Amino acid sequence: MTTTTSTAARGRVGGREMAGKANRRPVRPARILLYVVLTLVALGWLAPLLLAVYASLRPYQETAKYGYMSLPHHLSFKYYSQAFTQAGMGRYFLNTLIITAPALVLTLFFASFVAFALARFRIPGRKTLLVLFTAGNLLPPQVMVTPLYALYNKIPLPYWLSESGTVYDSYLGVIAIHVAFQTGFCVFVLYNYMQTIPSELTEAAVMDGAGVWRQYWRVILPLSRPALGALATLEFTWIYNDFLWALVFMSTGSKLPITSALNNLRGQFFTDYNLLAAGSVLVALPTLIVFFALQRQFISGLTLGANKG
Amino acid sequence: MTSTQVSAQAPAPQAPRARRRRRLSRFSKRDIVILAVLIGIPVLLDIALIWGTTLTSIGLSFTDYNGFSSPHLVGLRNYHEIVTIYEPFWRAVRNNLLWLGTLGLIATPLGLLLAVLLDKQIRFTRVYQSIFYMPVVLSLAVVGFIAQLVYSRDYGALNSVLGRTSDPIDFLGDPSINIWAILAAAAWRHVGYVMILYLAGLKSVDPALKEAATIDGANERQTFFRVVFPTLRPINVIVLVITVIEALRAFDIVYAVNSGRNGLELLSVLVTANIVGEASRIGFGSAIAVILLVTSLGFVIAYLTQILREDRQ
Amino acid sequence: MTQSTPDQPLRLASSTVSRRTMLRSTALGAGALAVPGVLAACGKSGGSSGSSKTVTFGSNYSDAIPKGGLAAVMAAYQKSSGVTVKINTQDHNSFQENISRYLKGNPDDVFSWFAGNRMKFFAAQGLAADISDVWSGLSGFSDALKKASTGDDGKQYFVPIYNYPWAVFYRPSVWQAKGWQVPKTLDDLMTLCKTIKGAGMDAFAFADKDGWPAMGTFDQINMRTNGYDFHISLMAGKESWTDPKVKQVFETWNSLLPYHQQGANGRVWQDAANSVQQKKSAMMVIGSGQIAQSFQGADAADLDFFPYPAINPDYGQDAVEAPIDGYMVSKKAKDLSAAKALIKFLASPAAENAYQSVDGGNIPTNSGADTSKFTPFQKKCQEYIAGAKQISQFMDRDTRPDFASQVMIPSLQSFINKPSDVDSLLKNIDAQAKSIFATDN
Repeated sequence: MTTTTSTAARGRVGGREMAGKANRRPVRPARILLYVVLTLVALGWLAPLLLAVYASLRPYQETAKYGYMSLPHHLSFKYYSQAFTQAGMGRYFLNTLIITAPALVLTLFFASFVAFALARFRIPGRKTLLVLFTAGNLLPPQVMVTPLYALYNKIPLPYWLSESGTVYDSYLGVIAIHVAFQTGFCVFVLYNYMQTIPSELTEAAVMDGAGVWRQYWRVILPLSRPALGALATLEFTWIYNDFLWALVFMSTGSKLPITSALNNLRGQFFTDYNLLAAGSVLVALPTLIVFFALQRQFISGLTLGANKG
Repeated sequence: MTSTQVSAQAPAPQAPRARRRRRLSRFSKRDIVILAVLIGIPVLLDIALIWGTTLTSIGLSFTDYNGFSSPHLVGLRNYHEIVTIYEPFWRAVRNNLLWLGTLGLIATPLGLLLAVLLDKQIRFTRVYQSIFYMPVVLSLAVVGFIAQLVYSRDYGALNSVLGRTSDPIDFLGDPSINIWAILAAAAWRHVGYVMILYLAGLKSVDPALKEAATIDGANERQTFFRVVFPTLRPINVIVLVITVIEALRAFDIVYAVNSGRNGLELLSVLVTANIVGEASRIGFGSAIAVILLVTSLGFVIAYLTQILREDRQ
Repeated sequence: MTQSTPDQPLRLASSTVSRRTMLRSTALGAGALAVPGVLAACGKSGGSSGSSKTVTFGSNYSDAIPKGGLAAVMAAYQKSSGVTVKINTQDHNSFQENISRYLKGNPDDVFSWFAGNRMKFFAAQGLAADISDVWSGLSGFSDALKKASTGDDGKQYFVPIYNYPWAVFYRPSVWQAKGWQVPKTLDDLMTLCKTIKGAGMDAFAFADKDGWPAMGTFDQINMRTNGYDFHISLMAGKESWTDPKVKQVFETWNSLLPYHQQGANGRVWQDAANSVQQKKSAMMVIGSGQIAQSFQGADAADLDFFPYPAINPDYGQDAVEAPIDGYMVSKKAKDLSAAKALIKFLASPAAENAYQSVDGGNIPTNSGADTSKFTPFQKKCQEYIAGAKQISQFMDRDTRPDFASQVMIPSLQSFINKPSDVDSLLKNIDAQAKSIFATDN
């Protein structure tokens, strides 16, 4: 942990602070106060999550009797295995992967290419396209449900792609709307980012005889990695957590993504909250893991061309 | 690791020559095909799935379409009923405004403050960042469930903490206070979002700027507001956009808590309830959506002028 | 924050990959990525040409126990007929939210649904198959059940599997210890409520966070005050909500509200039911299938009920509210005769028995079903329904779904918040009812 912290600090501040550190300057009271404040706020931030985890480890009968803020009598991971099997989470995680992975890759691919083209070339109607994409992302998604349903029901698909024979109730329909909807935000972010990449770099490639694709694939894309990493983290969270599109465009229960599987734990008649807590923690895990894994790229990549100042 | 050092330097402002974009005439046939296909697909998707459907819905808002029989034109009747007899509407408008105010005036500054504090080369900064960001990645079911655990009148943790077990506060059921309880949960999530965006922005601020200001005798606060903050303008735009989107599109927390009823009405929830549920009043729901759309439009326009202005620079 | 590592593009110049190979792979890549879009435009209709030995079934039985019950029914069918039933389970609430998209889109051959107006609504839209021919061969169903399965056009679209009564549920052991008597009239009830409050308990456990449980109390008071016929007519949009008769219902309810558990709009009904089980509340207006879930094990024997007390002597305790669940055949069924064969089996005592073997919380509707293993509680529920002069379903099944969910849920919640403001509330309900019932469907 500490090494990464100092790396970031070193990169930015340079000599002065380093010298200060070397001299073992005494810790100022303000600094201590800063740590105290941050730690208190962090604990407050974490408390609701800890409460959910705590609840998931205790039997329902116990919390029903003593309340959630009582000391534990029994602690176990029983609810986790129960949640996993009762809600059939393995299959739903797979469904989520089937939706999220292609949607994420296609969104980033199309958005980066469009952003690249808009940032580098005089495409006719360039500004209109930019407006089309970015404003499209601001529209309330519920508006699209009814016409999109009608549209999806009319577009036939071969049986191997969709058992329903239409885009409705197929993964393709859900992926397509995710891509269409999320591309707008990504185009906006990547367009800003790519404008900060010096065009000498692509021009050098042009001198080399590189075509459009090569400039994109070999020059711009590698240079946009931080921004792509950041967007991948955000978009993964958004697409993963979505339930609206899957809810309204899927009718086969076993094809639904993990977010809707939690409803299988929420009984029509009886709800065991502690079981639900365990399920909630399991569902939240992948997004947390992705965030931790990509945290550094995430922060450095979200700079979004701020240095244009 | 040394690349971090290099990357931290703000590249010099681009010379006008560098900003020049290539004309299409210089492309080979293959280039044009690639451009046409790879721009064409996303544009087509966007037009068909996003814009086409939105425009269709605007049309439907002037009809009595219920999802089954063919729609009849009813003029402005849906709009008239929404503002006159549809009881939840004005509560929803009020709640959306409260949402915007809370996120914009409380959560966003708090997120900025946390980002500034975390930017002070502290130890374990990644741990703090992760903690503050954690609520952002949670899905609706999780947040709704946690809200129940914390706020419930009968067994919620907050009443225990406040020592109100004998005379508990009904944080979720009392329509005069439940919106505030939910706004606290929304802010809980939003702060982390804003923090991470500003943290990224602050990391790219050239330290020489700050040093120069310090040498000029500016104190920390003056340095921040006069020197650092203005350079964060592009981040400010993103934060503003995200705050407005979150406030207008706010949906998941209230939907998870009580389907957005009894004091927790929001425009997006009313749209969903009328369009998505078993009871389809699609024309009516579309009209609410159009009202939401028109409200967003003000922000969309402000946002686009910003992009286009930046683009001209 | 640009990664300005200038050597990277320079390296590209000396890249060993020849330009031609790269472009070739590029074209391929672009082609592959374009596939979904192209397919969407020119793909052929797939349709299922699977074996005729499979019937699909859309189920909202997502809870563990009913899900097991349904699986037992289907296993029994498979055994007797050799036909495979493919069950598509969606969670209960999502299934309801999606029902119209589901039926218009790609429905299963047979699906689970509710009797009454909710069935009629979809039958009238032409989304359900007429199964009158199946009904002509059925036995063991009362005329009332047949009526509940009949659409507006006089044809049958539904077969019932079970129902369950709504009444006032309580723990007899608690009442015996305290010396409380089952109230027969509203006056009895008021006196009892005061006694219970004096004993430091809530008379009525009450919850309406989900919006529908309070409808049950409205239905009870309305049918006791104004009778079954007025209630059904009101639900059908044929009466005015500003009628003094309706106002009377809310006034009676208002006089009882102080004896209801506070904070109902923030509580789910499960927690209210638990408060009866935990002896914090004395009774609760709810369905038998629901509250039985809170009385497991040894507590199960300590659960009893009584009909909602009489209010207007003209109507006494005649009407019983007993929602019926069952099955329908979708109009788009791929194999109509196979679907009808399945639904015919679902209406048989054999299917009822298979279901009861797993889920005993409800009362089988077919009189041929085996009731020898019934508990006294189940027997009493069955007799209560059988003795009813009229049977209502439930507000959200007796009226239009959009009126129930969009108007009545918020209105009843605001009544619970502000019970004194009945006049303006009823005026508003009336205006919205007129608007909704004016649109054809």
